[in-house]
Amino acid sequence: MGGACHRADGEPHPPAPPRKRGEGRAARAANDDGKRRLSPFLQFVFSGVTIGATYALAALGFSLIYNASGVINFAQGEFIMIGGMLAAVLTSAGVPLWLAALAGVAIVAVVGLIVEKLAIEPARDSEVVSLIIITIGVSMILRGLVQVTLGKGNHALPSFSGDQPIHAFGATILPQSLWVLGVSTLLVAALAFFFGRTRTGKGILATAYNRLAAQLVGVDTRRVLALSFVLAAAIGGAGGILIAPIATTSYDAGVMLGLKGFVAATLGGLGSGVGAVFGGLFLGLFEAMTAGYISSAYKDAAPFVLVLLILVLRPQGLFGAKSTDRV
Amino acid sequence: MRRMFKSLLAASVALAILQGAALADTIKIGSILSTTGPAAFLGDPEQKTLQLYVDQINKAGGVLGKQIELIVYDDGSEAAKANGFAKRLIEDDKVDAIIGGTTTGASMAMAPLVDKAEIPFISLGGGVVIVDPVKKWMFKVAHNDRMAAEKVFADMQKRGITKVALLSETSGFGQSGRKESLAAAPKYGIEIVADETYGAKDTDVTAQLTKIKGNAGAQAIFVFGLGQGPAIVTKNIAQLGLTLPHYESHGVASKEYIDIAGRASEGVRLPAAAILVASKLPDADPQKKILIDYVKAYTDRYKLDVSTFGGHAYDALHILTAAMTRAGSTDKAKVRDEIEKTTGYVGTGGIVNMTPADHLGLSTAAFRLLEIKNGDWTLAE
Repeated sequence: MGGACHRADGEPHPPAPPRKRGEGRAARAANDDGKRRLSPFLQFVFSGVTIGATYALAALGFSLIYNASGVINFAQGEFIMIGGMLAAVLTSAGVPLWLAALAGVAIVAVVGLIVEKLAIEPARDSEVVSLIIITIGVSMILRGLVQVTLGKGNHALPSFSGDQPIHAFGATILPQSLWVLGVSTLLVAALAFFFGRTRTGKGILATAYNRLAAQLVGVDTRRVLALSFVLAAAIGGAGGILIAPIATTSYDAGVMLGLKGFVAATLGGLGSGVGAVFGGLFLGLFEAMTAGYISSAYKDAAPFVLVLLILVLRPQGLFGAKSTDRV
Repeated sequence: MRRMFKSLLAASVALAILQGAALADTIKIGSILSTTGPAAFLGDPEQKTLQLYVDQINKAGGVLGKQIELIVYDDGSEAAKANGFAKRLIEDDKVDAIIGGTTTGASMAMAPLVDKAEIPFISLGGGVVIVDPVKKWMFKVAHNDRMAAEKVFADMQKRGITKVALLSETSGFGQSGRKESLAAAPKYGIEIVADETYGAKDTDVTAQLTKIKGNAGAQAIFVFGLGQGPAIVTKNIAQLGLTLPHYESHGVASKEYIDIAGRASEGVRLPAAAILVASKLPDADPQKKILIDYVKAYTDRYKLDVSTFGGHAYDALHILTAAMTRAGSTDKAKVRDEIEKTTGYVGTGGIVNMTPADHLGLSTAAFRLLEIKNGDWTLAE
């Protein structure tokens, strides 16, 4: 995390037009002809990966809570937004980036716990559909609270390791995109370990599958839901902080991230961590390729066409297990 | 002690009655603004500005010797709600005039009601449709998108640029801008060689920019959008090392754009109202004084940066109250006629000369061409 407290805008760069800045300039100029000849395909891939990595992070949170309760938490986008907003507000108040990031994640985790205690737990015995509707309400409340307390403006965080793009085969990618990808991968691995190897993780899965049976074998099912909300909120918060330098953040940033994250999670198969990441990346690449090769006008329609296709051809998602008949 | 209490009571009752009488005889100005939702960054400064100047006018004795009562409703950036609130303003609150409709959509949703009720209406929206074709009761103060495009193209023409890549946002603002840009380009001998779009909430637009980069013809890039989208586009342009002259629309004319885009925004040119460069205007500029006064009053009260959008509310309120003063009454038809006769009004948006055929009254000169240098706006002309 050493690179994390490195503030890009703190560098003593002389103010100059963007194209004249940085040490890579000479190399880039020499490279320019070669770049032009190389297919733009790779740039589309990088663009897709950048977009996709943000979707993947959003999708992970959906999967986690779905695993624990079968609930699709539509406030997941708001967890992401709150993480980013808190970190942005804290850094602009002079708090070092790494501390702001940690504080952001911690506070969002607490928000997740509060949401579960105040909104979900009292309605624990109702239908899953009711719980889903409750999460929609929660998302509106969170959005409103942030709007009132942190304002309506857009915020950006400084990039973790600078803004100098990395050049590869004539295309460029921002170091921040690699951060997002790297952390997503780590999170998936950690979640896989948690659900597959630890008692608590297995307890969560067991509760989702059959609460009564889980209770009978000694799982504290009350705590399971709270735990999953805390985890999902923390992951969302971390994601929001990672994304903020690329995507910027504002009180309503969670709406789009929530929606696309949900689509990505559905694509990959709800409940699967690996599926969430691949769903996100697939979605991002699909959008970038549509924008690059067909027309940017169709870019936003593309994911919905994709999700329709998947739901018809492979309803359990790309990585989902065969349906487990939960009603 | 008891007697004093009694007389105090009597005094306050008398005061309350007096106040009641005063309240009954106020000028009611209704306003429907998008103070929450996606257009909140427009509606919020508008509402703050209205409140600021209504208070100021009231303190100075009001208009026609009457106090102004401001009634503001928030449409949450939903045009359909604006229609419902317009009905309430007209039928329940019985307002004398309406300011608002933060967005073009909201203004147009209110248009039929305003027309039927015959109430003077000054919109804060940017779309040309609000006043073209001219509607009897509707006026606007915000610059047209067409004027922004023309300002940009005129500068390109001066620099010898003839082939332009257009990148517009899929929002209403961006698409209206795209339409107007396509229509205005031929007049300046400019050919749009690439016509790409991006979504308002997109996090990466390098795919579209790569296409533009591969387009050997493009000599400049013109981005039409507002909010954080153009800031991301600007960062992506730097990431790809695109060296084309980069123009933005007036949609980015707020400090937030420079803050978010950072150094990548250096050298970007855009058309904007003079308010952004108030302190840098030459002293002879007719707008300088009122701009500096507005900036001071606003920042003193709210501790926030001013934006062009709050300025629209300033202009609407002052054009309206000036018309009421000239009309000598709040008679709706007379006030409407006087608004239409507004000439030489110096506002935050420019100098307004309305006619029966022009319910906006601003010329392209109302826009200044700015360039971002050292993280600040500078006059490019």
